Amino acid sequence: MAQTIYQSFGYVLPEAVLSIFLILTLLTALAGKRRSKYLPAFMALLGFVVAGVFVFQQIGTDELVFSGMYAVDPFSWFFKIIFLVTGILIVIFSIQSRELDAVSTKYAEYYSLIISLTIGAFFMAGASNLLMMYLSLELVSISSYILSGFTKENPRADEASIKYVIYGAFSSGLMLYGISILYGLTGELNIYALNQVFASGALSQLTVLVAIVLMLAGLGYKISAVPFHFWTPDVYEGAPVTVSAFLSVTSKAAGFAMLIRFFKIAFINVGAQPAMAGMWVIFHGLNWTDIIAVLSVLTMTLGNLVALWQSNMKRLLAYSSIAHAGYLLMGLVTLTDQGISAMLMYFVAYLLMNLGAFYIVMLVANRYHTEDIEGYSGLGYKSPYVAFALTVFLFSLTGIPPTFGFIGKLYLFAALIRTNYIWLAIVGVLNSVVSLYYYVKVVRYMYLVQPEDRSRIDFGFGTNLMMTVLMVPNIALMLYFSPVLSWAEHSVLMFGLR
Amino acid sequence: MPMHVGLVHFLVVSAVLFSLGIYGVITRKNAIMVLMGIELILNAANINFIAFTRFGTMNISGQVVAVFVIILAAAEAAVLLAIVLNIFQQMNTVNVDEVDKLKN
Repeated sequence: MAQTIYQSFGYVLPEAVLSIFLILTLLTALAGKRRSKYLPAFMALLGFVVAGVFVFQQIGTDELVFSGMYAVDPFSWFFKIIFLVTGILIVIFSIQSRELDAVSTKYAEYYSLIISLTIGAFFMAGASNLLMMYLSLELVSISSYILSGFTKENPRADEASIKYVIYGAFSSGLMLYGISILYGLTGELNIYALNQVFASGALSQLTVLVAIVLMLAGLGYKISAVPFHFWTPDVYEGAPVTVSAFLSVTSKAAGFAMLIRFFKIAFINVGAQPAMAGMWVIFHGLNWTDIIAVLSVLTMTLGNLVALWQSNMKRLLAYSSIAHAGYLLMGLVTLTDQGISAMLMYFVAYLLMNLGAFYIVMLVANRYHTEDIEGYSGLGYKSPYVAFALTVFLFSLTGIPPTFGFIGKLYLFAALIRTNYIWLAIVGVLNSVVSLYYYVKVVRYMYLVQPEDRSRIDFGFGTNLMMTVLMVPNIALMLYFSPVLSWAEHSVLMFGLR
Repeated sequence: MPMHVGLVHFLVVSAVLFSLGIYGVITRKNAIMVLMGIELILNAANINFIAFTRFGTMNISGQVVAVFVIILAAAEAAVLLAIVLNIFQQMNTVNVDEVDKLKN
């Protein structure tokens, strides 16, 4: 364990690099008379790439730094890669977005906020202290409040940001109150120390229940789990597409990383027999597993059922992302290594398919100025390649075989069956069937509705290349998924858990 | 006989503040009043942290948390006020109920 602050600095180089590039990106606003569109974007990309180099040097590191505040371990390493890839893709999307032209004088601020959100997500993935968890959550939240209302002349974006900030500030306030109760009960903020206090079993069950439920309010809002999901549809619909895409992956993945780490380290009985290593301990009176299972069922069912009636593509993807939070929570129910590695693998799939779908939504909005599903009518005749790519992404979101989404779901269900949660697996499969209806509805509009104007529209080489880059792994990883699987299996390792 | 002020008194004050904060967030329509409700919640948590550190046998970390939370509350208030100001310029209202262009 690196104890001194000086030693610890060696472990946060990626975050330090991102912070430096945040400032540099902001400074590009001063360069030249006319504000360039490409210079800040290039600076942000460079920042992500350089940070990526430093992240790669950390492979295999397993340390707790800054006196137990922050863990640099394979688990957070996995999420850092996810955040960096998402950041790079979002910067590329943003360059192509027409929506952001409305704020063309503020590109530098926009990209620096993207970087600051990523820094917050990095810290969320490694936070092993309740104060650190709260601070990093707020860093992500505050950046995303501003980003979601970034096109501030657009009333819809304004509405998105005010709804987001009110829900977000309220939930994180509840979480802070929960942390304060937990601190009073245990006298500890470090989650490893919390685990020891829990294991001693001398705490009032009811008070712990209240504190953890309050904490779940903050975490549940970040991953948009029912009943803390109300902001999701409005924010995703109102915010610029690039920002919705960014929030749907980075912010959610960071929330899940924190949730998994908190539950896994604070609640697992480390001293138990290896066969029992995945068991939840400590609270004899109440069964946490069932609470999470109910939360998961509610989340995916509500997300999928409400999505059936949506006519706006971004709103549909918002409900779909709620449903996916439900699927992912299924992995948390097991809390075995297998369940967690299935969740991690699902994140790779989720990144590819969700960003792909949002990318097409952005392209269509750029060209046809519509986000309605009816606006996709006849897209299969007008731009066959775009329609084909969207079909692949939507099938992947459903979890239909020739796509990576299928493998992700398969491993989640397998982990559930291994731990005898067969009823939950059945609910998950039924939900996937329901989701097929609304995903295929989009495909039906694209191919079975004849357009009035059949003129072919080509989106250009760069766009086609970008779509291919997102689409190929969706299919290729279905055929050859063992590298991702072994990566996910190696990444369940957290500091202090063997 | 002078009354001794102990941990319980602080916790009661904090619980009352917390409840008032939730009440404010839920019932108020004005965005500024909602912000004040949120500030009450954060301050309730702060009172908890400081009282636990003062009366408990634990280390000083609770007071450190309180300092961080004060700074964060200021940052959050700044962002929320900026957003509310922008809403007011665009729609001429600060009533959160009237900001409902997006489908529900």
